[in-house]
Amino acid sequence: MNKHVVVIGGGVAGLEVAGQLSKAGIDVTLIEKETKTGGNLNKWYKLFPDRRKSSEIKEYLDGITLNRGINLLTNTTIEMFNRNRNHLLITTNGGKELVADAIVVATGFDLFKSARKEEYGYGIYDNVFTSADLEEMFRNGKIALANGTVPETIGIIHCVGSRDEKAGNLYCSKLCCVTAVKQAIEIREYLPESKVFCFYMDMRMGGAFYEELYREAQEKWGVSFIRGKVSEASETIEGKLLIKVEDTLAGRPLKMKLDLLVLMAGMEMSEGGKKIAGIGGLNTGENRFFAATDNHFGSNISNIDGIFYAGTCTAPMNITETISHARAAVVEVIDYLKDGR
Amino acid sequence: MVDDNMDRFGFTISTGRQIDYESNDRSIAEYILDKEPSFRLCIECGGCSATCTTGNFTGFSLRELNILIKRGENDKVRQNLKKCMLCGKCTLVCPRGVNTRNIVVLAKEAFQKSDEYAI
Repeated sequence: MNKHVVVIGGGVAGLEVAGQLSKAGIDVTLIEKETKTGGNLNKWYKLFPDRRKSSEIKEYLDGITLNRGINLLTNTTIEMFNRNRNHLLITTNGGKELVADAIVVATGFDLFKSARKEEYGYGIYDNVFTSADLEEMFRNGKIALANGTVPETIGIIHCVGSRDEKAGNLYCSKLCCVTAVKQAIEIREYLPESKVFCFYMDMRMGGAFYEELYREAQEKWGVSFIRGKVSEASETIEGKLLIKVEDTLAGRPLKMKLDLLVLMAGMEMSEGGKKIAGIGGLNTGENRFFAATDNHFGSNISNIDGIFYAGTCTAPMNITETISHARAAVVEVIDYLKDGR
Repeated sequence: MVDDNMDRFGFTISTGRQIDYESNDRSIAEYILDKEPSFRLCIECGGCSATCTTGNFTGFSLRELNILIKRGENDKVRQNLKKCMLCGKCTLVCPRGVNTRNIVVLAKEAFQKSDEYAI
């Protein structure tokens, strides 16, 4: 009988796992809680570092999965796990029972809820947006303030919900710095008259072509980078956003009035992932993401026999890394299934 | 040795700008670190100084004082410490969870106890 693997989560990691397993001749059921696949990818319009459209990635992922007849269950969540000898039994929210030889958890991340950093005024002031909101504006081809006018000065705040003990997240989300640089460039493209300021604690430009993009933002687009953590934003009587920051390199406190503020929301373990961790007895780390069984070799392997991880449910990752991690999970699963089970 | 009369001769001795790491006295830093280990966690983001009411009107910068204490540049610190009103807003802002307010309290205490710096 053919082996059957259930993949939980239809974002980048889940789709890649499902596609590659299917290519290897394994039966796959892909479970997605939303009405359609794509996950967080759907929130982004263009991607760093080359600003390719996210729809191109989606097209590729659909091509290896949905278009090849993978068994996809949308609007579906997992309610229960059981084990019957070598099989894992899954009960869905619709009461459906699935028997799997292995499970790949690819529940991804949720964006940090920026309203939790109340001092930045998201949900309080009209012209404070998140990085995801800005992508929506790019998609619609219009960057405008709440009253419909065009912003002239835009501030981008890095590390919102990342590297922040007050937000309960000690880790770096890794992608927000380069997202800020990408979005700063895009704002300048859309609004050539605008001025863009990035407020950062450290510029973490470790990925492929990140540093080059940073240089481009300075050299070609005149984006200003100010080193300091913004402590708070308030609204002025004329509706502008007044921010307070220390320009740490000048050693002086700095205030600035901005038309629009963009918050670089970090990545957190998804609510769906937390639920799976609870019902499956899966170990999570201090950062709440799924814990690796070995920091070098075990990032795809859970503490439960037959359950594997792929993608950002284990740590913040970019799409390139997510695809690699998903493919690595496939290797682990195939190896596991071959093992006389 | 510099001749005692040199100052009357029209020359001054310029002190170097370098932080002299070996000669500097880091006993104040050690005193604080011992009682408030979160002092180690500062990443110089400046959130404390941004929110600081005093810092917006005087030369007070807690971020700067933190690093100066750690480097043993104590004279500048001592002059500035008294400007802090101990309101604790900096502690609310700090992303590293440094007990910033306590650092000011301990720094004052350390200077009080130190023979070298005692008034």
